[in-house]
Amino acid sequence: MSLLASRPLEFRDPERARALVGALERLTAEIGRDRVSVMHVCGSHEQAIARFGLRASFPPALDVIMGPGCPVCITDLPEVDEGVALAEQGVRLATYADMLRVPGTSRSLADAQAAGARVEVVYGAAQAVELARAEPSTELVFFATGFETTAVATAAALLAGPPPNFSVLSAHKYIPPVMEIVAEMPDTRIEGFLAAGHAATITGWGVFEGFVERHRIPVVVAGFEPLDILAGLVGLLELIRDRRAEVINLYPRCVTRAGNLVAQEKLWKVFRPIGGRWRGIAHVPNGNLRLRDEMAAFDARRRFTIDVARLWTEAPAALAQQCRCGDIMAGIASPSDCALFGRACLPESPVGACMVSSEGTCKIWHLYGGHPNLREVGP
Amino acid sequence: MCLGVPGRVIEVEGDTALVDFWGVRKTVRLDVVDEPVAPGDYVLNHVGFAIRRIPREQIEGTLALYEELLRAADVQDLMAADVRNEIDASARRAKEEPR
Repeated sequence: MSLLASRPLEFRDPERARALVGALERLTAEIGRDRVSVMHVCGSHEQAIARFGLRASFPPALDVIMGPGCPVCITDLPEVDEGVALAEQGVRLATYADMLRVPGTSRSLADAQAAGARVEVVYGAAQAVELARAEPSTELVFFATGFETTAVATAAALLAGPPPNFSVLSAHKYIPPVMEIVAEMPDTRIEGFLAAGHAATITGWGVFEGFVERHRIPVVVAGFEPLDILAGLVGLLELIRDRRAEVINLYPRCVTRAGNLVAQEKLWKVFRPIGGRWRGIAHVPNGNLRLRDEMAAFDARRRFTIDVARLWTEAPAALAQQCRCGDIMAGIASPSDCALFGRACLPESPVGACMVSSEGTCKIWHLYGGHPNLREVGP
Repeated sequence: MCLGVPGRVIEVEGDTALVDFWGVRKTVRLDVVDEPVAPGDYVLNHVGFAIRRIPREQIEGTLALYEELLRAADVQDLMAADVRNEIDASARRAKEEPR
């Protein structure tokens, strides 16, 4: 069913990879339970796990779940609706490519674009500023999505003095608070978190210390190479076995305890955290980043009256109601548990956001195959 | 969006640097990197901004993953596509340099 077969393990150091896989087996046996569930919160981690076929080498009792780590997927319907409404109101809208096909309540940005709205794809905030500069007589709104790393870029672009026709519709999200939500879910099975190395480059690993203290769930910061991920999982299982609630940084070449203070200063100068819904997950206190009052002049929500209510009177697509993206991002279900996955919901015709984004669990599993089993595949 | 991409600094001009990504030269913003950056340094970049100067002794391990991804060069490959998008996120120089 997958378009690309999971690749054979291509490690720089196959011996070390084998040793790490051996350690995973030993640690899972020592923990001695039928199932040990850990969660990562990063689309790039899932891509690497799927692309390099790592799940095939995990012990059967180890369940590595992708949580709400796809920024496109957790952008809430009303936020997409705001973008659609603005574009339909005649504002020129720029956003990341993955946002175009994310379903809103009744339409996506791609639908609005097909109907004549000006929706343009950019790779980042700085490029959106350039588009605004090139056409000073037209209002340009940058529909800004993503976690800490892209939020910092949006902040820097705003602090660098954009032209007056530029504004930001912020749907940026902040990862640390959602880990609290997952940890507090009553039926959560998550015993440890693998934190994403590059978001932690900004925040520093110290940001997880309070979380670990409150929930007694260990966190390991890991990089993106197959060996980095295997080493991160070994570190996490050791902490789980020893019942040690600690933060360990296994990505020191990019992550420090304090993080990037220059980036943090810019981030918090432009944004303030507020509570808000993450699609399919829950209301996340402090999970949404919105522009501060000092940045009001560049806040699209204050510059324009955004009429989203009319989109809500139109009926949502019937298939969307069967979509299980939310359960998948909460770690309660796998893509293969969804009746639509690979049938009615495909990358060419996605029903849910998890099949749209290159960082969505469903798209990654569809492309690489999610759960290859070595015993079935053979040596 | 989560992966970022490392590149080698060719020259620094105020708040920007000319950075080489496996032969593709782009201008990267230095507004948010927290250490001084000089030619020869490697920086980790996200959507057009350098966010980290990578310690020199660590650079080989950092580059290996990207080199494998770019070698695979499969149009369908999501990770390789993300790396290419990250490179595209940096601005082209106003006047193109001959390589």
